[in-house]
Amino acid sequence: MKIDALTRTEQFKNFSFVLPAFIIFSVFYIYPFFYTFVLSFHKYDFISESKFIGWANFKEVIFYGKHWWNTVYNGAFITFWALTFQNILAFTLALGVDKATRTGKFYRVIFFLLPVLSEIIIGLLMREFLLSNPGIFNKLLDKLNLSFIAQDWLGRDRALLTAALVHCWKGFGWAFVILLAGLQTIPEQLYEAARIDGASAWQTFLKVTVPLLMPVIALVLVLTILGTMQAFAMILALTRGTGGITEVPVMLIYNHLRGRQVGLACAEGVILGIILIAVSFTMLYISKQIRRRWGVLPR
Amino acid sequence: MSFSHRLGRLIFVLLFMVIGCAPKAPEKKITVWHWMNDRKEAFETLAKKYEELTGIPVKFKLFFPPDIYAQKVIAAARAGNLPEVFGILGEKKMLASFINAGHILDLTDYMQENSREWERQFYPKTLAVTSFKKANTYQIPQGIYGVPIDTTVMEFLYNKTLFRKAGLNPEQPPKTFQDFIYLAKRVQKATKEAGFVCGWGEGWLLNALATEWAINLMGERKFYKTIKGEVSYTDPDWIKVFSLFSQLKDSNILISDITTLINKESEDLFSQGKAAFSFNGSWSVNVYKQLAPDLEFAFFPLPSVSKRFPAKIWGGAGSSFMISAKSPNLKEAVDFLKWLTAQEQQSFLVKETNNLPAVKGCEEILPPILAMLLDDFDILTHPNTWPDNEDTRVLEIMNQGLQQIVMGSKTAQEVAREIQEVKERVCAR
Repeated sequence: MKIDALTRTEQFKNFSFVLPAFIIFSVFYIYPFFYTFVLSFHKYDFISESKFIGWANFKEVIFYGKHWWNTVYNGAFITFWALTFQNILAFTLALGVDKATRTGKFYRVIFFLLPVLSEIIIGLLMREFLLSNPGIFNKLLDKLNLSFIAQDWLGRDRALLTAALVHCWKGFGWAFVILLAGLQTIPEQLYEAARIDGASAWQTFLKVTVPLLMPVIALVLVLTILGTMQAFAMILALTRGTGGITEVPVMLIYNHLRGRQVGLACAEGVILGIILIAVSFTMLYISKQIRRRWGVLPR
Repeated sequence: MSFSHRLGRLIFVLLFMVIGCAPKAPEKKITVWHWMNDRKEAFETLAKKYEELTGIPVKFKLFFPPDIYAQKVIAAARAGNLPEVFGILGEKKMLASFINAGHILDLTDYMQENSREWERQFYPKTLAVTSFKKANTYQIPQGIYGVPIDTTVMEFLYNKTLFRKAGLNPEQPPKTFQDFIYLAKRVQKATKEAGFVCGWGEGWLLNALATEWAINLMGERKFYKTIKGEVSYTDPDWIKVFSLFSQLKDSNILISDITTLINKESEDLFSQGKAAFSFNGSWSVNVYKQLAPDLEFAFFPLPSVSKRFPAKIWGGAGSSFMISAKSPNLKEAVDFLKWLTAQEQQSFLVKETNNLPAVKGCEEILPPILAMLLDDFDILTHPNTWPDNEDTRVLEIMNQGLQQIVMGSKTAQEVAREIQEVKERVCAR
């Protein structure tokens, strides 16, 4: 009995240590999450009484939301560039810096500088740089005798690609840091063993580096998808949406909230969340399967 | 200590606590929330003057940018913390929601006392923006719910210096749509500057212009019938309205990246002489005065697209103040707004901020550039004065469609079809 009572006291003590964090988490995460879900079934404008309308908001988004699916396509396009171009660039640089013993720290700081800067600042600066009027970037290209590349970077045909590339440029530092940390956890002995066995650099990369880095790569891919599909501030500052051409899902949600279509915005938020969870789990499943096939994980 | 002593002490402490917690008599003060950055100092001067006159302190609190302000007001309304006086940014539906929720005082009785003394001071069009007629679609009791403090008119502007450089008469702005394109091309060719700049990254500016041209082309009745769902957006007249934007695009007079520009950027570019024409509100007089005091420009009415119907101009109350119905200082707030909209204070605001007044009697002190806009006060139109308002989802598709026409990624017909699809779905719901 005494032991039980002590255990209960101990348990209470332990719980009381967790309680503040639990309260904060409940108030700022769990409650808004459920409230968003509840509001998605209502018609609400922040002021009037909310009115329950069942699945109407979801139907509106899923079946008639041409505009919404267009923003999802735009988000997916930018994500594709981030998954490929941004991550390959980050991986290449991480491999280079991992081997650079003297200048490694310097490059680490340089490459991580961009992600630290505000998205709005980057968006506005790049906007000034790329706008056709005054056309700083195009004039620069002209001076470098590359005027054949010059074009309307924020116009109809290029705005989405421009947004994707600026996003990659700003975001590759995160992937770089995570991948570099992953590379530094691979024991040096494995590389030595591979060298003694006569493996070429390419074979070492393919048979040692990539399989051992696979969990980190999977993490980077999932974070890239989550981060890019929710990109907003930088694109808003850079292109303002360009008449829907560069409008991304969170921008539409934001616009609907500004227009006090709260229920619709919440339904869009819930749908985006479901899409992201589904994609993330699929990515993790695929990475697990690859690792199993390569023998890094038991079958 | 005996029981009676203890009881006595307890009663004393309780009495002390009760008296200490008694509610204070409401303090006579007025707090005004606003978003008008350009009027900050002028408002503070007026607040000081009012306190000197009446002994009632007035505190103007600025929240900027307007988006932040709008959120602040909504949050305060939900929390029951609205100040005595505030403004609402948003469409009439929003104002109706505030009234329905009991946040806004009906000012009709105050306006109409002493043979409508206060009401008669205002230009009727400005007051209409915050008034509700009998049997309105929002089911708001008929009445006046806001006090306009200025008037806004959306018109075309042209740069006189660029006109001169192009060998054109700077006192002869275009009258028709075709003239407008012709003159913009002439200036563009002669000066290498763009023909037209506007903040079309903000959909409402496109919408305001499309509305003006639509009313000019099809008349108000047909326009309102479209909002009611009785005329289709694929009607030939609407296609013509949307085609005007295709014509603007095809004429190459638009400044590059026009659909990514916000109004502030557009104002910057026009003030730098980067375009011959612009479309902006009367508030821009103050903006250009600050950005480029030497800029020579003037307003001109909508370049007409038809002679069948008279042109209407987007405008009305630029900013209005409402009184919180739950404020303990209702009478003080009403008295303050009466004072603020009196001719003397309105004249002061005109001088200090270069905005058009909401009340009559300040005409003589208006600078010439604003005085010329007075002629248009009888032909003002604004969504807040229409019998019905278009659904937000339809407007969203329309504004984006217009942007896409201007970018050349969609035709007028495609946009009309898309708008009509959404309209039909909204009507069905």
